Amino acid sequence: MPARTLFEKIWDNHTVCAGPEGSTILYIDLHLVHEVTSPQAFEGLRIAERKVRRTDRTFATLDHNIPTIGNRMVIDDPLARGQVEALRHNCREFGVPLFDLEAPEQGIVHVIGPELGLTQPGATIVCGDSHTSTHGAFGALAFGIGTSEVEHVLATQCLILKKAKTMQVNFTGHLSPGITSKDVILALIAQIGTDGATGHVIEYSGDAIRALSMEARMTICNMSIEAGARAGMIAADQTTFNYLRGRRYAPKAWGEAEAHWKTLHSDPGAKFDTTIEIDATRIAPFVTWGTNPGMAAPVTGVVPDPDRAANESERNGIRRALEYMDLRPGMRLEEIPVDRVFIGSCTNARLEDLRAAAQVIKGYKISKGIQAMVVPGSQQVKRAAEQEGLHTIFRDAGFEWREAGCSMCLGMNADRLQPGERCASTSNRNFEGRQGAGGRTHLMSPAMAAAAAVSGHFVDIRKWQYKT
Amino acid sequence: MQSFTVHTGLVAPLERENVDTDQIIPKQFLKRTERTGYGECLFFDWRFDAAGRPNPAFPLNALQYTGASILLTGKNFGCGSSREHAVWALRDYGFRAVIAPSFADIFSSNCVKNGLLTVALKPEEINTLMARASADRLNLKVDLEKCEVSTADGFTAKFTVEPFRRMCLLEGMDEIGMTLKHDAEISAYERMQRV
Repeated sequence: MPARTLFEKIWDNHTVCAGPEGSTILYIDLHLVHEVTSPQAFEGLRIAERKVRRTDRTFATLDHNIPTIGNRMVIDDPLARGQVEALRHNCREFGVPLFDLEAPEQGIVHVIGPELGLTQPGATIVCGDSHTSTHGAFGALAFGIGTSEVEHVLATQCLILKKAKTMQVNFTGHLSPGITSKDVILALIAQIGTDGATGHVIEYSGDAIRALSMEARMTICNMSIEAGARAGMIAADQTTFNYLRGRRYAPKAWGEAEAHWKTLHSDPGAKFDTTIEIDATRIAPFVTWGTNPGMAAPVTGVVPDPDRAANESERNGIRRALEYMDLRPGMRLEEIPVDRVFIGSCTNARLEDLRAAAQVIKGYKISKGIQAMVVPGSQQVKRAAEQEGLHTIFRDAGFEWREAGCSMCLGMNADRLQPGERCASTSNRNFEGRQGAGGRTHLMSPAMAAAAAVSGHFVDIRKWQYKT
Repeated sequence: MQSFTVHTGLVAPLERENVDTDQIIPKQFLKRTERTGYGECLFFDWRFDAAGRPNPAFPLNALQYTGASILLTGKNFGCGSSREHAVWALRDYGFRAVIAPSFADIFSSNCVKNGLLTVALKPEEINTLMARASADRLNLKVDLEKCEVSTADGFTAKFTVEPFRRMCLLEGMDEIGMTLKHDAEISAYERMQRV
């Protein structure tokens, strides 16, 4: 058998049969569902009089549209309420398990999947959400799909797909102190652009990757979509197995599962369509300055000059971004002041993220005039954080401590920026209006966002004076 | 699903790169449970000012592009969120095809499911068309059978479409029905893999 990449192994393992015109009918092991992209899919099933083929492989939760404060079972916004009710109704009618708002497991879909042990190496995982790539951190093939494909998977547990190309991104060396996996992925996107990996599934490799915890790996895979990648994956290893062991939906026949998982890596000599090498030792703390995740730079840098852009289109793009973000070329990034701080999202709202932010905050108060909030990625993360007293550290500093949900990552609920407000955010997108019409988003790591909350402006976290 | 074979229509130029789906359809419009009614929300934050009045500087608001059914735009169109609502909004508004140097993966897949054709042309060809569409009303013929874009006065450009997608669009295929024809193989897979 010729040497195969991890992606090719998973693809081959899940091929049901050939589809027409060079396509493949691929089996989907796990289908995660949330309230925003599913209503029309269930309605389609209803109209066609079809059932959900595998209710045992379909799990739903509420995350995008829900409040993070107060009595969450009472939703003011009638449209949001309607959508939430639609998911409840659909799950009841079609027999799909739902982790509802009062469930202890509720949270952002890409946080609860791994927590529950649903996300496993070698699996094919889909969800009507582009950050489904998160689950690739477990050596799974995980990708986002649209509502029509959600309906397709519900009805058939398969998708008709064309095989993607493969890209290896190899990080040599180790990360320097203070540098996180958020900086790693921002650095990659800044280098290759928001379409740098279009058409490709990325596999991340190298010592720097192996040294990361599962939560840190999830941040990298989560934002693979921001480089245009179809999916992002990190082969499973002992770190993965240790994370999964004992979780609710982890395999009962553990020995057999682990033995199989150990084969799920790219073979020596396997060929990738593209390979990129990055020196991990040189990655600095990153912040975005513009209106897409690729418009980013080390925090020690400055806002770029559009006139030095490579071509006219790029020049116009930068000019437009600077106008929207109200930034001037040459401005030092460390001087940029913030109004709001958001620690949350499927990118960086897990326990380690909250610990990192709390460590920065401890003993400090947030800067005057700043509104800051922490939205744990799941109720399980929230409980664990409270057991460690993290919520007290955040509250004492002046942060709001909220219930789990997507919240201000995309501002579909009431948590959003006002026009002109500038936010240091641990989320994944800084598009125009993403966090609220006219809102200005700067992406960074949890520690960097926490430091910005205290200082009132961006800070090089490597210089931070921790108080313990 | 409505099929796509040949379409001739007016081009509206949107000379921006990396137009993401948050711009195509902002999040407040994702709370609906229907597939229709998104046309009036297309590019909402660009089309309308804070008071809800049409922004005269936005190309789609210009009188000369009224009735446009082909969108001409920059690279990496449709990047970001997987929301299929972006495609529904484009279709609802009246677009049947989008022409750009490149498209984001999830977006272009969503387009196929809704009979919206994405045509990738070379940057030089895009530049030529962009200049013409900005200067005057430009009508284009988009032919998926021949995989060719052309004007009445002789401009032509070839494009490629992945064969399976081309078939889906030409036939207006029901992909779910197609997959269910393989029900026996799906069951066989499930038995064999003990899944």
